Amino acid sequence: MKPAPFEFRAPTSLDGVLEELREHGEAARILAGGQSLVPLMNLRMLQPSVLVSINHCKELSYIRSEEDGLACGALARQWDVEHDRVAMERCPLLVQALHHVGARSNRNRGTVCGSLAHADPLAELPAVALALDADMIAASSAGRRVVPAREFFVGALENSLRPDEMLEAVRFPYAPARSRSCFIELGNRNHGFAIAGVALQVTFGEDGRCSRARLAVMGGENIARRATDTETALAGSVIDEAIAREAGRMTASLVDVAGDFHADAAYRRELVAVLVERALMQVASGAALNARSN
Amino acid sequence: MSQPGSLRKTDVTLTINGKSYTRQVEPRRLLVDFIRHDVGLKATHIGCEHGVCGACTVRIDGRTARSCLHFAVALQGAEIETLEGLSADGRLAGLQKAFHDAHGLQCGYCTPGVLLTAEEFLSENPGPSEQEIRAALSNNLCRCTGYVNIVKAIANAARDRDKTKADPAGGSRP
Repeated sequence: MKPAPFEFRAPTSLDGVLEELREHGEAARILAGGQSLVPLMNLRMLQPSVLVSINHCKELSYIRSEEDGLACGALARQWDVEHDRVAMERCPLLVQALHHVGARSNRNRGTVCGSLAHADPLAELPAVALALDADMIAASSAGRRVVPAREFFVGALENSLRPDEMLEAVRFPYAPARSRSCFIELGNRNHGFAIAGVALQVTFGEDGRCSRARLAVMGGENIARRATDTETALAGSVIDEAIAREAGRMTASLVDVAGDFHADAAYRRELVAVLVERALMQVASGAALNARSN
Repeated sequence: MSQPGSLRKTDVTLTINGKSYTRQVEPRRLLVDFIRHDVGLKATHIGCEHGVCGACTVRIDGRTARSCLHFAVALQGAEIETLEGLSADGRLAGLQKAFHDAHGLQCGYCTPGVLLTAEEFLSENPGPSEQEIRAALSNNLCRCTGYVNIVKAIANAARDRDKTKADPAGGSRP
C-alpha cells in the first residue's frame, strides 16, 4: 500500500507556497501535518500530482492572540494550540474539541488549519468553527480574503477555496464573559471517528438565563451543521432538564441524517438528541469544562 | 496519474538517532520505509499504513508521530528517534524491564510503538490511573489483545520510577 508518485515542493516562505499553487492549481495539494491527507494518499483515494509542503514555512506556525480572537497559522500544530495558555483561557470550546482529534501522536503533527481545510464530515474542528463563526483567512498570490466559516464548508472533504488558494490561518472569536462550553462526541473507539458529536457554547446573562447559545452538530451529514433554530429557542431560557431535552429533540429534527455501516439513521438521530441534551445539562450545571464522552 | 520526473529518486538526508543518513529515494517514500528498508533499522514496525494501529510510532522533534503518515523527503532537518536510539541511551530501560517482568510482550509486534507511546505518556503523567493508561493506549492496537499485561507493565514502570525518584541512590527494591 503505497501512494501514487508525485512531484514534491518545499518552499520556505508563504509567497513561495502561493506561487506553487498559482502554477499547479488543482493538481497540487498542501502538505501540513499530513494526518488526514497521507492516509488517503496511502489508500490511493487521493493522488495529487504535486505535493507542496509548508513544513519549512516557519512564518505560518504562529498561535497569536489578536484583538478579536485567537489566530492559528496554517502550521500551528493541534497539540500546541490545545496547550496554548490563551486558547485554554479564552477559547475553551476549541481546546475541548482538540482533546478528541485523533490520538496524541496525530495531534503532535496535525494542524488546526489542515483539519479545517480537509473538511471531513466527522471532524471536530469544522463544528467548532461553525459554532463560533470563525474567520477563515484564504490566501493566494492575488491577495487575501476572509471567508466566514458558514461559507467555507461545502460538503464532505470539500471547501470553498479556489484551486490557487490555501487556508493561511483561522481566527476563533474569544468566548464572551459568563460563557461555558462543552464538546462531546460518541464513537465506537476512543479517538476513532465519532458517530455524532456536539459543539456548544452558552453565554449566560446576570440573571442566569441563557443570553446566547452557539450550537453545531456533526454526524450523518456531509459536514457539521449549525443549529441556529435551537440557538434561537434557547435564548432567554433557564436551561433545565425539560428545556435541554426539548432542545435535543429539536436539533435532531433539523439534522438530515443518513445511516451507514457504523450506525443507522434512527440511532444517529437519537444520539444527536441525547448529546445535545447532555451538553446543555453539563453547561447548565457548570461541570462542562473539559467534558469528555466515550 | 504519474508525472514525468515524479518517480525520479533524489538524495534525502535524515537525522535518525543523532546520525545522519543520506539515501536516494522517491518523494513518495514513507518515513517508515526509509527507516526500515533504506537505513535498515528494524525496531519500527509497520502495520496498517494509514495511521490507525500505532506500530510505526517514532519521535519527530521530540514528540511521538506515526512514521507511516510522513514522507521522508518532507522531514529533512528534523530530528527523528526510533526505539533503537531510545533504548541505547537507557531512557526506556525501566519500561522495558517492566514489560519483561509483566509479560507485556506477546507476539511483540505492537511493542515498539507501545513503548514510545508509554514513554511520552509517563514523562507527562508520572502517576497515572489504570483508566488514564488505557486512554493513552487507545490508538495502539495489540492484535494479541493482550492489553491487560501491557497496562500492568506501564503501571509498574510508573511505580518503579516513582521509587527511584524518592530514593535516587537506588536503594534496595522489594
